[in-house]
Amino acid sequence: MSRELDALFRIGERVELGEHHFTAGEITAFAAEFDPQVFHMDEEAARDTLFGGLCASGWHSTAMWMRYNCAELNRTTALLSRDGQPLPTFGPSPGFRNLRWIKPIYAGDTVLFTRTALEYRALASRPGWLMLQLKGEAFVKGELVMAFDNAVLVKPDA
Amino acid sequence: MSDKKWAYEDFETGVSIPFGEKLVTSEEIIRFASQFDPQPMHLDEEAGEQSILGGLAASGWHTCSMFMRFICDAYLADSTSQGSPGVEELRWKVPVLAGDRLTGSSTVLDRRVLRSRPHLGMVTFRHEILNQHGVTVMDMVNPILFELRNPEMEQRA
Repeated sequence: MSRELDALFRIGERVELGEHHFTAGEITAFAAEFDPQVFHMDEEAARDTLFGGLCASGWHSTAMWMRYNCAELNRTTALLSRDGQPLPTFGPSPGFRNLRWIKPIYAGDTVLFTRTALEYRALASRPGWLMLQLKGEAFVKGELVMAFDNAVLVKPDA
Repeated sequence: MSDKKWAYEDFETGVSIPFGEKLVTSEEIIRFASQFDPQPMHLDEEAGEQSILGGLAASGWHTCSMFMRFICDAYLADSTSQGSPGVEELRWKVPVLAGDRLTGSSTVLDRRVLRSRPHLGMVTFRHEILNQHGVTVMDMVNPILFELRNPEMEQRA
C-alpha cells in the first residue's frame, strides 16, 4: 500500500462524520414510508414493545450514516480540490457484512457517526479501481449503538 | 395470545413468503438520494448513465429501505416482530434503475426459541429482491425476533 493512498483514505483512523439529533417527527416520517412498525410509528404503542420507546428504523440509522459520510467526503474533496490534489472517484458498493443494530436509537438521541477505512486492494477486473474496506459506526453518549463492515469501489485519481 | 396474523410458529424452515410489486420512479430515487446519499449517479440521469451503474440508480440504502417496506407489507406489520439484531451479509448485486419493477421473497433458513427468553424466537431469513427481468438485484441474510403465539406449547414440544 502506498503512503499517499493511506493518507488519502486515512487508513486506520476513526473519522468523525458528524452528529445528528433524531427527532420523533423524522423517525415517524421515515417509518411511514419504509418501516411502519409500531415501535417506529407510535410513541405510546412503542412502550409496550421490547424497545420501550419510539426508536428509529434500523434502515433510517444506516441511511443517516450515509448522509454524514457523503457530507464528509464532499468536505474532503473540496479541500483536495483547493490544494490542487487529484480527486478520488467513488463507485458503487458490493454490499456489507455484520450490520449490528446494537441498541435502539430513540427519539431525542444525538448520534455520532464515524467511518474507519481499514484496507484496500487493486481490482484485476477494473484497472485503476480499488476496493476499499470500511467500518461504519454510530455512538450515543460514547456507547456503540450500530456497526457494519462495508466496502466501496474507488478510483484514486480520475 | 397474540391477535397478529404472523407469529414465530408460522415461520417454519423452508417457508417462502412472496412480496408485492413496486415501480421505482426517478422522483423517488432523487428524493431519497437528496436526503441521504447525494452522489451524482443517484441524483442525475446523465451522471448515472456515465457511471458504472449505467443509469439513474437508487442508492443501495434506498433499496434496503424499499425492501423493508416490502416485508412490512408482506408479513411484518401484522406480526409479533420485536425487531432485528442486524444483517449478517447483504449484497447489492445489480443496480436498481429508474423504471424498474421490483418484487421478491423472504425464505426461512433457520429458527430457534431463545433459551434466555422462551417467549421469543429468532427466525433467520434469506431475503431476495428481483427486478422485472427476474434478476436478483439485492439479497441478504437477516435474523428477526418474533414473539411466540403459544410459548407453553413450544416448551412441551
